[in-house]
Amino acid sequence: MNLLDTLLRCVAALVVFLTFPLIIGQTEHKVMAHMQGRLGPMYAGGFHGWAQLVADGVKFAQKEDIVPADADRRIFQLAPAVSLLPYLFVLLVVPVGPHGFVGQAVDAGIFFVLAVMGVGVIGKLMAGWASANKFSLLGGLRTAAQLMSYELPMVLAAASAAMAAGTLSLTGIVDAFHWWWLPWQAIGAFVFFTSGIAELQRPPFDMPVADSEIIFGAYTEYTGLRFAFFLLSEYAGILVVCALTTVLFLGGWHGPLPDSLGWLWTILKTFALAFVVIWLRVTYPRLREDQLMRFAWTVLVPLALLQLALTGIIKVAISQ
Amino acid sequence: MSILAAAGSLAPATRGFLSPTGVEIVFVLVGLAVLGAAVISVGTKQLVHAALWLVVALGGLAIEFLLLTAEFVAWVQVLIYLGSVVVLVLFGLMLTKAPIGRSPDADSGNRWVALLVALAAAGTLVTLVVDAFRTSWIDLGSGGGSASVTGASLFRTWVLPFEALSVLLLAALVGAIVLSRSRQAAVPKPRPGKLRAGKPVGAARAAKSPSSERES
Repeated sequence: MNLLDTLLRCVAALVVFLTFPLIIGQTEHKVMAHMQGRLGPMYAGGFHGWAQLVADGVKFAQKEDIVPADADRRIFQLAPAVSLLPYLFVLLVVPVGPHGFVGQAVDAGIFFVLAVMGVGVIGKLMAGWASANKFSLLGGLRTAAQLMSYELPMVLAAASAAMAAGTLSLTGIVDAFHWWWLPWQAIGAFVFFTSGIAELQRPPFDMPVADSEIIFGAYTEYTGLRFAFFLLSEYAGILVVCALTTVLFLGGWHGPLPDSLGWLWTILKTFALAFVVIWLRVTYPRLREDQLMRFAWTVLVPLALLQLALTGIIKVAISQ
Repeated sequence: MSILAAAGSLAPATRGFLSPTGVEIVFVLVGLAVLGAAVISVGTKQLVHAALWLVVALGGLAIEFLLLTAEFVAWVQVLIYLGSVVVLVLFGLMLTKAPIGRSPDADSGNRWVALLVALAAAGTLVTLVVDAFRTSWIDLGSGGGSASVTGASLFRTWVLPFEALSVLLLAALVGAIVLSRSRQAAVPKPRPGKLRAGKPVGAARAAKSPSSERES
């Protein structure tokens, strides 16, 4: 792999990282609006308000960048970057199509992805603590508690997919996929997707940023571009979680069309899942903190363990 | 060690140490950064900064693993230490409302003893490693620390220590649960009829163990 090739792949990942979350955000505006009997943004850009998020970006860039007087200045300013960048690195290793259509194939891909996504949490904790604000601190605490409880079922569900494929590489897992994995790994897919949404603090798991209780949790004190970075990291997170669910459980580029159009399937499945994420936001009310914890420990973890056992049994049965 | 053995042979030195390759230079530089971050982490008077410098030190260690081609261990290091242990530490610090700025009581009276113990431990380890390898040269081929190699050596060669460790961890877990439960059982539950106005429910409990609640 020469330098130009590497550079090109990095730029492609960066472009995806900068555009796809915006597309998801715009979809969220429109889908939510129509589900609630509204029109959503209609003016910016002319055609159905397609440039609304560009306008939002310009607005964020113009705003004054304020750091509260009592805040821990450097950590406060560093937090958005720590929260955002991990998702970029994850996008680099997600396989899009067959025959090396991936930013950079990593041998222990699943581990890399889960590990790097865990680092983003530290950014949110930094934001919560460094803001010197009670609501931020509470938001940070809730974030930490939520992420620690949902990390376990997520890792277990991913382990089930890795066991089924017999490899830790994301490309290898998609390669090993067969259609009957769908019923076989259905529980794992549910657990992974649900805990993924919980890790992103999307509704109905948005207790850490519950606006009616603690304003906006860890992000309360942020303005301007730094706040936009946190928002972007949420939407990039949706993209990453949906893409990972696609790759691990929905067969990635496998579909009726020839292999050369495989990337289309990956993107289609990813956006279908992103639509489900938006749908869930409009459908379910926010879970209470104790309900959140109970759901993780008494529903998701046992389900993930059940899936692991099921995977093991069938795997042994097949190989004989 | 079998990971290293699988990666390359322990041949006697055929290369000089005075013409380092790029990887070796990076290894030393990252090592210096890790050392610096670790020293700051111990020495700083700002509690949360200490935890964040720990992030730098542990992340640097993961890079060192990567440079040694131990890819799997590097990601596990990030997943467990950065993603879980440091988050747990930060969680604890936030629960105790760690102040922004310097904590006046951050200095322990034991620091000189701690320094002595740390130096002794580091000296022992460095002596051990230097004595074990001397001038032998390990060729690090790519893929030597991949998941399959690590898994094979862990579950073929080192399965007994691995299982013993997991039993030890399980014992610690059970012990922690037992300890936390027995303390709760010792506190009698207040009956609704006995409550008087102006006396909070947890008052008797808080008076009994003022320190234990602050610790948790």
